[in-house]
Amino acid sequence: MRDWESAALEPGVGELELALEAVLFAASEPVPVKDLLAACSTVDADAPAPAELDAALERLAAHYHARSIELVRSAGGYRFRVRQRFSPQVQAAQPERPPRLSRALLETLAIIAYRQPVTRAEIEDIRGVAVSTQIMRTLTEREWVHLVGHKEVPGRPGLYATTRTFLDDLGLGRLDELPALDDLRALVDLPSDAALPVLPRSQDGGEEPPPES
Amino acid sequence: MTEAEVVELEQPLEADWSCRVNGSPMGDMPADLYIPPDALEVFLESFEGPLDLLLYLIRRQNLDILSIPIAEITRQYMAYIEVMQALRLELAGEYLVMAALLAEIKSRMLLPRPAGSAEDDEEDPRLALIRQLQEYERFKAAAERIDDIPRLERDVYHAHASRDALAGPPPPAPALEDLIDALVGVLRRANLSAHHQISAEALSVRERMTRILETLEHEDFVDFVSLLVVSEGRPGVVVAFLAVLELSKGGLLEWGQGEAFGPIQVRRRMAVVEDA
Repeated sequence: MRDWESAALEPGVGELELALEAVLFAASEPVPVKDLLAACSTVDADAPAPAELDAALERLAAHYHARSIELVRSAGGYRFRVRQRFSPQVQAAQPERPPRLSRALLETLAIIAYRQPVTRAEIEDIRGVAVSTQIMRTLTEREWVHLVGHKEVPGRPGLYATTRTFLDDLGLGRLDELPALDDLRALVDLPSDAALPVLPRSQDGGEEPPPES
Repeated sequence: MTEAEVVELEQPLEADWSCRVNGSPMGDMPADLYIPPDALEVFLESFEGPLDLLLYLIRRQNLDILSIPIAEITRQYMAYIEVMQALRLELAGEYLVMAALLAEIKSRMLLPRPAGSAEDDEEDPRLALIRQLQEYERFKAAAERIDDIPRLERDVYHAHASRDALAGPPPPAPALEDLIDALVGVLRRANLSAHHQISAEALSVRERMTRILETLEHEDFVDFVSLLVVSEGRPGVVVAFLAVLELSKGGLLEWGQGEAFGPIQVRRRMAVVEDA
């Protein structure tokens, strides 16, 4: 039987919690649960059950409730991060402002995120402009986007998708936590009937379109 | 607006601007609809392509896509395209396609159709464009929302303790001084064997470059110093060193150093595989 509670250095924080804290702080990426379980097995020969791990992580998170950092979970696993209300202070202490992302890059990223896997041609169809190689390179270098295969059409164009790093960097657990896409917004009031008369008929044509809603 | 009014709008274009839009007289074009070529750079930066420009005109200028004054827009487009061709040919092409599409739509709208033609078969030419605009607008909005999500290293920050110190510093890339130090060492040794130099053969740098490439053809990293042949004396070593610098400048060589202060190594750069 494990005796974490009695070994506690502080109330609620035992050897297991301390080990998890060490592992999480030493990692520069989110730590997946299986790695945490592996780390725990060095504390105690029997790795704790996942439920016990969850409980330990909860105790660890609770321990930080009054601090400026917090334990969070995202797609790749658990990580510590600075509470967002302290972001201005962290920013102020950094010599460089993070670069803004261009609209072209964000639009390309959005199309890949919502339409993945997607080819460059499909991105171009939606944006109406050529996909810049530079943008794809930036997205790939940031490890937000990667090539996941080739579409079996002539030319076998590459299919792009977003990565787990993309979700991690946005603090998301899953892709469907992205904000929902808007419904199509009416640009003009066209009759829902797709086959419109090209010329208005002599008697009933020529109605002024109602103002946009 | 009836088609009759559209025609009325198009016809007096050349003469003057006493035209009517949606039944009301229209004096000038909206001031910010026309973008002077001077502002082209700003214009290029503020719109992400012809769809974005068209969306702006429709949403902000309340331009009615069903009665776009295509002739005037086309004229403006053409003026920009002339300037754009000097700056960004790729972009100009996309705007040109849009101008052509708008002109095509307009001409199809204006052409009378024989009565009793199979008009149900043909889709309103504006629909495809409207669908494309709507689709683009969704992703434009989605892009803005993605940008609003708190992002690592911009809005949120990791808290972690660095363990880089455990791994030790990465080995330094060789600096120019290291190369020169190596050269000096070899030259010193070359001096010792200078009296062995018999041949008066002129050593050309180009020829040596080829020979070095041949040497590196089948081998992985070799010691940089081994390329400088001491027995050739000072001129030979200098030619070899110049040849290596030339090759390196041409991007044909890759440098490495296994560990700090280790031997400087060099090999032929592998062909760069273009990513798809």
